[in-house]
Amino acid sequence: MDLMNFAAAAPEMTLLGLICVVLVADLFVAPERRIVTFWLSLVSIGITLWALVSTVPVGRVEIFSGSYVSDGLSQLLKSGVALFVAAAFVYGRGNLAANDLHKGEFYVLGLFGLLGMMIMISANSLLTMYLGLETLALAQYALVALDRTDVKSAESAMKYFVLGAIASGCLLYGISWVYGATGSVEFPAIANAILDNPDINGLPLWFGLAFLIVGISFKFGGVPFHMWVPDVYQGARTPVTLYIGTAPKIAALALTLRILIDGLAGLQEVWADMLMIIAVLSLLLGNFVAIAQTNIKRMLAYSTIAHVGFILLAVFTGTPAGIAAAVFYTLTYVISAAGAFGMVILLSRRGHDAESLSDFKGLNARSPWMALMMMFFMFSMAGVPPFVGFFGKLNAINAVLGVGEVGLAVIMVLTSVVGAYYYLRVVWYMYFEEAQDQALLQADVDTRVLMSVNGLAVLALGILPGWLWTLCLQVAQGQ
Amino acid sequence: MIGLQHYLTLSAMLFVLSIAGIIINRRNLILLLMCIELMLLAVNFNFIAFSRYLGDTLGQVFVFFILTVAAAEAAIGLAILVVLFRNRRSINVQELNTMKG
Repeated sequence: MDLMNFAAAAPEMTLLGLICVVLVADLFVAPERRIVTFWLSLVSIGITLWALVSTVPVGRVEIFSGSYVSDGLSQLLKSGVALFVAAAFVYGRGNLAANDLHKGEFYVLGLFGLLGMMIMISANSLLTMYLGLETLALAQYALVALDRTDVKSAESAMKYFVLGAIASGCLLYGISWVYGATGSVEFPAIANAILDNPDINGLPLWFGLAFLIVGISFKFGGVPFHMWVPDVYQGARTPVTLYIGTAPKIAALALTLRILIDGLAGLQEVWADMLMIIAVLSLLLGNFVAIAQTNIKRMLAYSTIAHVGFILLAVFTGTPAGIAAAVFYTLTYVISAAGAFGMVILLSRRGHDAESLSDFKGLNARSPWMALMMMFFMFSMAGVPPFVGFFGKLNAINAVLGVGEVGLAVIMVLTSVVGAYYYLRVVWYMYFEEAQDQALLQADVDTRVLMSVNGLAVLALGILPGWLWTLCLQVAQGQ
Repeated sequence: MIGLQHYLTLSAMLFVLSIAGIIINRRNLILLLMCIELMLLAVNFNFIAFSRYLGDTLGQVFVFFILTVAAAEAAIGLAILVVLFRNRRSINVQELNTMKG
């Protein structure tokens, strides 16, 4: 075995070592000086990012007997998850401190979740994928229950845990059938087995595939396995919601791409239909139910479900353009989602969570700049040019048209129009309604700066989407 | 002679039983956690049956990983259960209805 090859897994190993340092260091930090843990966590993410950038592989490197892969896709997605976890820490710190919840657990669990996501993204076998998935899921269950005295938190953590465990069970049951049918759990070996022996493309493998799709759909939050999304988004503290609503979506995309494209591409005509049904249901239910919401976290939860529909339809095509569109859409959607949840945090203060839509009324009078940023996020999610969400939607619709599915493209456009209603309602509230809450915004400087960077990134990427799209196309063709 | 299909049938029955237990049970969260464990054990059964049939040890290795993760998962599940009980003084499934919409 070539030890030098382990360098491809350097980011994960570095992160694991640093998490242990943060975990131990946090024990020696007094509660009022918890900011030390915060900075240590950010430095850990920074070092991990540096390890990621300095180990960019040439082509595709497989290590650990083919269980782990490092390629362009993994580098791009891992950089994404690391950045968004860091953003969740920066946005979340002030809000947690104001509510006496500024504990080291938030950072340590967040970092363990990041490790799980990175393992998922680099998984080259179903076993590695499962272990990464559980590392992320266990950290998330505990994060949702962070506020131990809150009934809503505990209840949503329980719901999340039970439904998440069922999803893992279904995924595992599917994995066992795929293993039984192909005799292997490594994705390239599964793909070769299906290619070499067309006989195994039969009922046992399809049976396993159906369970895999259930698991994938649950982790993504696609209808009809979306029940946990609104409750968890609402019940968790907003910094935790921000964490759950951003980076894990990128990891879920990696889960989908690795299993369906790397492993089971030979079964595309079978899984494409299942994905299409889930995606169309998500688009319809997400957009229509979001209209009825009065709680912004619930509204954003249903909007996530609708966006997942778009991402799954881009994956459904199975073409390099479709995969690139899915990667582009996920990365850019997550930027807007981080900003929108960050704004909910920014408007909150001790004892008051700005969870209701009416908390956004008259925001323009209270803080014109923050209202402008929120407008950017809402326009981007609604798909208004020149914001980046427009190009995400355009690429996804193009990819779907590229495989000749005009009907699906029409559904995508029409549901986007429905979705525009509830995004623009927030903008209406901010600019044309009287403020009910006149208190000054109490956010720290770092949160405000990050919010501005976040909002301007949505605009800048929308004006110059070319480089990111080229990058996405490159990694998709390397698949 | 007991063959592969018998093992797979038993495993499928256990899996369906666990899902049915989760859906039908409306009273006790601990029963729900037990059903989740049963589900994972049904999967393990499947893996071992396939592993024996294929003459490949990988399935058995997978089982060890599942057992380890299941233990960690049960620990987190029970911890959340304790938090919930402290807040509500009840572990009734039907009372998990604070959030609607």
